[in-house]
Amino acid sequence: MNPHTLGCIEAGTPCCVPVPHLSIENLAVSYGDTPVLSDVSLDIYKGCITALIGPSGCGKTSFLNALNRLTDLIPGARVEGRLRLVDGANSLDLLDPGLDVRALRRRVGMIFQRPNPFPLSIRRNLELPLREHGMRRADALAHKIETALSDVGLWEEVRDRLDAPALALSGGQQQRLCIARALVLEPEILLMDEPCSALDPIASGVVEEMIQSLSGRYTVVIVTHNLAQARRIGNYAAFFWMRERIGQLVEFGRCRQIFDAPVHPATAAYIGGMRG
Amino acid sequence: MHSVPGDRLFGLALWGAALSVAAVFAWLFVDLARLGLGALSWDFITTAPENAGRDGGIASILVSTLLILGVAVGVAAPVGLGAAVWLNTYTRAGGGTGRRIRLALDGLAGMPSIVFGLFGNAFFSVYLGLGFSILSGGLTLAAMILPVFIRTVEAGLGAVDDGWRRGAAALGLTQSAALAHVILPAAAPAIGAGLMLGIGRAAAETAALIFTSGYVDRMPESLSDSGRALAVHIYDLSMNVAGGDTHAAASALVLVALVACANLLAVALSRRLLTRRLAL
Repeated sequence: MNPHTLGCIEAGTPCCVPVPHLSIENLAVSYGDTPVLSDVSLDIYKGCITALIGPSGCGKTSFLNALNRLTDLIPGARVEGRLRLVDGANSLDLLDPGLDVRALRRRVGMIFQRPNPFPLSIRRNLELPLREHGMRRADALAHKIETALSDVGLWEEVRDRLDAPALALSGGQQQRLCIARALVLEPEILLMDEPCSALDPIASGVVEEMIQSLSGRYTVVIVTHNLAQARRIGNYAAFFWMRERIGQLVEFGRCRQIFDAPVHPATAAYIGGMRG
Repeated sequence: MHSVPGDRLFGLALWGAALSVAAVFAWLFVDLARLGLGALSWDFITTAPENAGRDGGIASILVSTLLILGVAVGVAAPVGLGAAVWLNTYTRAGGGTGRRIRLALDGLAGMPSIVFGLFGNAFFSVYLGLGFSILSGGLTLAAMILPVFIRTVEAGLGAVDDGWRRGAAALGLTQSAALAHVILPAAAPAIGAGLMLGIGRAAAETAALIFTSGYVDRMPESLSDSGRALAVHIYDLSMNVAGGDTHAAASALVLVALVACANLLAVALSRRLLTRRLAL
């Protein structure tokens, strides 16, 4: 039986076999001489939501940054191991120094902890990435913008004020705009670094539901400190922990297994802490 | 709360210091106004100087001043912007190269302007053969205002939210696109403030111009003509021209107004920067 069936129901035959989208082997990240993450191996499955959980400082954000080479922006950062973007029979070596990172980042979008819409109008926020990737036709631009805003549930709220400054939106709206800005480029994978932690509970709930709706179309990797949220929206969960001050992947599996029947004692203790 | 005698004395001393500064400025201004206000008129601004500046106006002087400022800003703005972006983007925090360059800029910013004048004369006028010209003067002023401009813009760029940079990179925007569409517009108030500070300083400059753009008070016909800046005109009228005091004072009033405008604009721009940063 395939160990990676989807959903929270255990019985029955799965309709499809999950396919790896990102294949990660022995990934290690270090800043200067300080290793922060070592020996991470896992597959991120296509169309699924994978939640990364674990205490602060165990390398989850570094892991996420390595996946779209945002580590390139950090002076002295080094990523080693094997990291491949699988697309049918083809696979792309993401750690290739000659890789076109702009093309990669178009396929692998990222949402940050603090909403970071540009200090431009709502429309310009979405138009800018499209234009920079070569799309110029006005009707196509307008169509894509409407689709992206509708997908994040923002279209009805902002359709009459697309030219208003994006920074005038509320925090939750700003975060959804940032997700729309990533979606407008039609990426395959979305990386999210605690996208709800800077929002109030209501806005957080709206964004969470929105993220959940992405599963099935996008491959989502989400870092979250909110275990209840990880459990609600994740198909898979990866638990990171520190050994000798270096972050490591301790356990990876289906969300229900990780939360209900963790194998590793550290996972059990961490999950237990949430309940206790 | 009751005040102790020592405290009261301290308060008085502070008041005294503040008032004496204000008094010096007031005296200076009243003196200028008393002497020059009578000569100030629309005609004074629009007619050419006659009789070495004792009669007529300052039209050609104003034109020369604006041309020199134009050259200075036209050269300093793009070069300074490039240098500031380079410092902000390519030098690591705490790195040796960046630190040395910043130190050099801070040193140059405090350099007496006469030094720039001598450098401009040796380099632009003589070595590059530009002679005594508006071009030489403007380039010398550009060199003079660059250090402050670069440091102001760099501080403005440093204050730009790092989240925007990372967000732009994560969207696959090129560095130049991020700079042009996000970073520079966000730093625009700082750029404006730096420019205005530079203009204020350049407009008031005498020493750097005497040896570079020269004394000639005719209407300049091109940038390679010599042209007399307002500050040089004031210097000449009060030092070398007997009976030129009235017009020197009137010219000084025009100059004070010009510099005050530039500085007010600089203050307004940096205040806008501040409120905008608070609003984010």
